[in-house]
Amino acid sequence: MKNENTLLSVEGLSVSTGRFPLVHDVNFAMARGERIGLIGESGSGKSVTSTALMSLLPDGLQATGTVKLAGHEANFVDASDAVMRKIRGRDMAMVFQEPLTALNPLMRAGAQVAEIMLQHQMVPSRRAAKAKAIEMLASVKLPDPAEAAMAYPHQLSGGQRQRVMLAMALANDPSLLLCDEPTTALDVTVQRQVLDLVLESVVQRGTGLLFITHDLAVVANMCTRVLVMNNGKVVEQGATEEIFTRPQHPYTRGLLAASDLEATDHDGRLFTVASAAAYVPWTVAETEAHAAAAEETPVEPAAPQQDAEIQPVIKITDLSRTYKRGRTSLFGKPTEVHALQKANFTVLPGERLGVVGESGSGKSTLLRILAGLDQPTSGSAVVAGNEVAGAPESQLVQLRQELQIVFQDPMGSLNPRMKVLDIVTEPLLVPGRTENAAKRRKMAEEMLEAVGLGAETLERYPHQFSGGQRQRISIARALICRPRVLVADEPVSALDVSVRAQVLNLLADLVDAYQLTLVFVSHDLAVVRYLCDKVVVMQSGIIVEAGDTESVYTNPQHPYTAKLVASSMNLHAEVLAKAGTA
Amino acid sequence: MVMRILTNIARFVASIIAASILVFVVLRLVPGDPAQIALGVDASPALLEAKRAEFGTDRPVLVQYFDWASGLPFGDFGTSYLSRQDISPMVLDKVQVSLILVLLAMILALVIAIPFGTFAAVRHNKVSGAVVSAVSQLGIAIPGFLAGLLLVIFFALKLGWFPSNGWTAPGVDFGEFLSRVALPVVALASVQAAILTRYVRSAVLEVMSEDYLRTARAKGLSPMKALFKHGLRNAAIPVITVTSVQLAALIIGAVVIERVFVIPGLGSMLLDAVGNRDMLTVQSVVMVLVGITLAINLIVDLLYTVVDPRIRKSA
Repeated sequence: MKNENTLLSVEGLSVSTGRFPLVHDVNFAMARGERIGLIGESGSGKSVTSTALMSLLPDGLQATGTVKLAGHEANFVDASDAVMRKIRGRDMAMVFQEPLTALNPLMRAGAQVAEIMLQHQMVPSRRAAKAKAIEMLASVKLPDPAEAAMAYPHQLSGGQRQRVMLAMALANDPSLLLCDEPTTALDVTVQRQVLDLVLESVVQRGTGLLFITHDLAVVANMCTRVLVMNNGKVVEQGATEEIFTRPQHPYTRGLLAASDLEATDHDGRLFTVASAAAYVPWTVAETEAHAAAAEETPVEPAAPQQDAEIQPVIKITDLSRTYKRGRTSLFGKPTEVHALQKANFTVLPGERLGVVGESGSGKSTLLRILAGLDQPTSGSAVVAGNEVAGAPESQLVQLRQELQIVFQDPMGSLNPRMKVLDIVTEPLLVPGRTENAAKRRKMAEEMLEAVGLGAETLERYPHQFSGGQRQRISIARALICRPRVLVADEPVSALDVSVRAQVLNLLADLVDAYQLTLVFVSHDLAVVRYLCDKVVVMQSGIIVEAGDTESVYTNPQHPYTAKLVASSMNLHAEVLAKAGTA
Repeated sequence: MVMRILTNIARFVASIIAASILVFVVLRLVPGDPAQIALGVDASPALLEAKRAEFGTDRPVLVQYFDWASGLPFGDFGTSYLSRQDISPMVLDKVQVSLILVLLAMILALVIAIPFGTFAAVRHNKVSGAVVSAVSQLGIAIPGFLAGLLLVIFFALKLGWFPSNGWTAPGVDFGEFLSRVALPVVALASVQAAILTRYVRSAVLEVMSEDYLRTARAKGLSPMKALFKHGLRNAAIPVITVTSVQLAALIIGAVVIERVFVIPGLGSMLLDAVGNRDMLTVQSVVMVLVGITLAINLIVDLLYTVVDPRIRKSA
């Protein structure tokens, strides 16, 4: 640790609430300009570690150990706030996860960048700070930096806001940059751009980078070294390539296995942390061979199904939905937003259709119309024999017996004041169903068992369950009335990697067992590729490409699809790229 | 932004018109014929008829409404049934008194609430913060008229520092005005200050846990500088909302306080008019109160536009 090239040294760092340890005995050293990834799932203590490094722990948390930054004598763990104020923002800076809330909504972007320079007297005057702020905004490649400087955060897109955050963090040219899940809230293509920008910026300036994330592919892309955290401890650390190809600790292996959507066990199911012992991480050589093979053998498009006899379960014809925004000027016309434009597709019984697109692509609108929660402006949507367009609420009851939804947020989509029994059996309480209370309870028990939860859960409330378990409850609720179609709206995007694999396995099993037709909405191409056999790609309300998943993925026809595929992070590809440059 | 302001003004005008109809109709529903009240129960039909013609209450209701409503924009409220005098000069006179009282009380309440509420939030897990919270909690429980009575007993009767009641216009004798206005303003403001302290405290507490305050700290700002530079303006938004609601409540609350301190404000005028069944005066005073309340709402809406850029853009 006494190496003069050492930028940051952390020895025996522990954080606790007084009674409960959150982070236990973390040790690592970062050389100048080194890029270290800190991987862990939610609750692993990675964010607590990063706030401890900044000495910004919330009230009630205490840290022990030693944290030192080159050029400063102070131990950050017990240094006074007056000392730390001179270091924060000057020698170490941080980019946070959610750029909308991390920026002051009432202050112009330029002023927020200028503030950090004025705070540390890095510029002689306000005017100079303003000019330098615009320069910084230009350096993070905002298209019109002078205009961006005058904008308020809400006038910028998510990616632009994160660029402003980065410009702010880098304004004083710190020697250490901490990034806490900086791209988790961003769309796939934007994520790629922001990551590239962060990487380029730190490499150019020789800034040390501590990159905190749950996403292994992102770390493989960004970092040279990796720390794996689990339950507040660093269970494994080493060079990125080493860790990702030859993991030593069972947890690392489990995490790798669960993230790998291309590997399946002998039953064709995804690996979970539990079944990871059988998982064999790919070696670089294998990855190369596989990549080469994929390039050589173009996937043959699946033979078009000629069965004219089979009636589609979902038939969408020229479906459009237009919203009117309020007028913004007295004389202008109200602007129209085309959330969905002339969409056409059919889904046959038993098919698994993936709907892929970024935020604002219209996938949620499509889903709402399919479920009869919204009415199309024009066109028709027939679901299990029920026309949604123009149907009165009374008819939609029948539709919803045939089509059920699993929503994205397992926290928000379950009523916190209802017991699991009442939540799961609620779809049975519609006119036309005759089950009595005892029968409903029996059905709920069976359904919970099918999703891997015991009957004892019936009397509990949602907050007593983890995110993955809640998503299981959502699935049980969706399937209890035995629908023909299951619509899943980003059901795994709020879940940890290890839980994600379990829920995906469960979905795949249930779709088979109940002979469901699945519509799976996601921004994550890899998940759709694993689960679905057909896919439609949406952009700005238009279906730009549709077809067999494998052929769309390996041989995209539309430039947007190609961009989406290129932007999505694949662990194998990232490790391969790393090995190639190392 | 211009669109937003115009929309707000249009909404204000529409609300005023709707309110005038409502006030007119409701007071028409109150039983009792003004002419009968003026002349007593044993008045002859012919006299009643003549009185109704004099009051104009024999005309169709719609005509009566438009006659009354068309005068409103020009501050012409008609003639009192009782005194047979023009209502307008009386109302405007009293409005002045009440507005001075209420605005002074609200300013005092804010001057107390903002620093104390902020202090209570910053020290929320320390004894001093808890004490401020507890005191404000207690303050909410004490009704304004009780505070007024206690103030009179202590400062006017025991110590004799201030007169116990009465009113002097500020233009006539400013020193006298201050000494007479002090106790009623404190009585009115104390409850408001207690309520607003709670709101300021919770607004600041909420802002303190916002991500952008953490960002400010990560930039190297001290906790206080971060709060003052980034927090308080954000905390102002909910406080403005509550202040506007409370200001409306204060105008009504002043009715009682005016009674306690014998101040010739709108409240006294309203109570007298109700007691005398002088319905046209009641109607006019209520209309003025409604107008003031709506005007406060309009001003607050425009204030949002200044404070919060997110509102400026959206229509």
